Amino acid sequence: MKFKAMTAIAALVISAPFMASAEADDDELIVNDEITMVTKTAAPAHLADDVDEIISGWHFRSDETQIMQADDFDNPGMIFVEQAMDDWNTVMGSKDKSCASCHGDVEESMVGVRTVYPKWNDAKETVYTMEMQINDCLTDGMGAEAWKKSGSKMARMEALISVQSRGMPMNVAIDGPAEATWEEGKELYYTRTGQLDLSCASCHEENYGNRIRSDHLSQGQTNGFPVYRLKNAKLTTAHGRFKGCVRDTRAETYNPGSPEFIALELYVASRGNGLSVEAPSVRN
Amino acid sequence: MNFTRRETLALGVGAAALTVLPFRVHAAADEAIAAFTGGAEVGEGGIELTAPEIAENGNTVPIGVSAPGAVAITVLATGNPTPGVVTFNFGAGAASQAASTRIRLAGTQDVVAIAKMADGSFVQAASTIKVTIGGCGG
Amino acid sequence: MASGVKPRVKVPKTAAAGEAITIKTLISHKMESGQRKDKEGNVIPRSIINRFTCEFNGESVIDVTLEPAISTNPYIEFDATVPEAGEFKFTWYDDDGDVYDTAKKVAIG
Repeated sequence: MKFKAMTAIAALVISAPFMASAEADDDELIVNDEITMVTKTAAPAHLADDVDEIISGWHFRSDETQIMQADDFDNPGMIFVEQAMDDWNTVMGSKDKSCASCHGDVEESMVGVRTVYPKWNDAKETVYTMEMQINDCLTDGMGAEAWKKSGSKMARMEALISVQSRGMPMNVAIDGPAEATWEEGKELYYTRTGQLDLSCASCHEENYGNRIRSDHLSQGQTNGFPVYRLKNAKLTTAHGRFKGCVRDTRAETYNPGSPEFIALELYVASRGNGLSVEAPSVRN
Repeated sequence: MNFTRRETLALGVGAAALTVLPFRVHAAADEAIAAFTGGAEVGEGGIELTAPEIAENGNTVPIGVSAPGAVAITVLATGNPTPGVVTFNFGAGAASQAASTRIRLAGTQDVVAIAKMADGSFVQAASTIKVTIGGCGG
Repeated sequence: MASGVKPRVKVPKTAAAGEAITIKTLISHKMESGQRKDKEGNVIPRSIINRFTCEFNGESVIDVTLEPAISTNPYIEFDATVPEAGEFKFTWYDDDGDVYDTAKKVAIG
């Protein structure tokens, strides 16, 4: 056969020549011909009154963007995962340790970790995001400087850790000691902000599948974060995206790492419980 | 439709359809074309340019070109600040005179591919790519 | 060397003699176009990978001229013939004079 992968672009366009609808499509995401992703599933119990089915943001993207995520070589987000692998093995800080000194092979020790974050931290008596745990490791465990919250080093380390859970279902706990934080996050999700007077729900619960200008609104799921955005050719963290969303309502935003965004991350993650971890996903 | 890579490869049969469109370019693009062709006449047929009809983000637009028997293919974005995009020169080790890449488009515009064939003749194909202005995503 | 530049290539480890294979290449590079301005309004100077070549056992497969319209982290995909066992050599040329290269062996099998 003479035709190659490049022709796939045209083939996909031909298969759906007029994408007039902005609704979620019925494509299936299998990464590297190996990892079958759950990209649509029944909503978790706590959402049952509001949403029937939870849908990955992947379904709202064009075919060209979708296929970029179906192969690790085509996914530019994997560049950052490779860079984080170097960080993982680099000795940092006064204690002469690397991540690997304590955690060994990331491909073994970090399996499943992404699926349960954010989660309650007993010792610190608060809900911890993966970023907080990474910074604790750096400062307390390694005697190194903390990384900038949602900065590029942090985003790529989150991506490396997340990759180890690809295909596994998101499963953050919302009861027990985390419940109060989860409730705070829920409150924020439904609170309208900014000159445009929009809540998260205004777009991502009431209007997913509709257009906002010429873009397609997704459900705002976090299972693909950190996400590689074609827009700026970088990884964006969940908190970075939250900040952009709140800014787009023309409000003063909370900062990455703020208690508000930690609570919101837990709540939004819980709305995706059951979807496969996709990070690093590819979005526009 | 499934999206395993293998299946998207196998779907490629109908790839030829998208290309030739009415041809209109800007002065800078005309100059770039002349620089590549040396002013020679440019025909049509025998070259494919595959590109999305609508690009979700102009910063990363996947395109492919194919011109069996070409020695070189150049791609021009007629609406960019500078029209040059890429030139593929095929050596003896190339199994096909085809390649693909990802490009930046400043807005909706015609993208043109011109192939220099082994006999010194030139052929072209063009495609209009709409670049969307996103909501919050783009 | 510009910071964080890392070449990646995807080549089958084995091929039949004379087989056509697809090669994918990608290099992490910001591909600063020379069109953007910084916060003070100064033009950020162009800094791109301007050429990419692939050779097999010393023979040219493809020689590519890249312009600033190529996206960040340049991706190039093409087809090569594998006439015999040997080595693909990949080379990227940076505006700043740096050259990045990598190689992949292919066996006949």
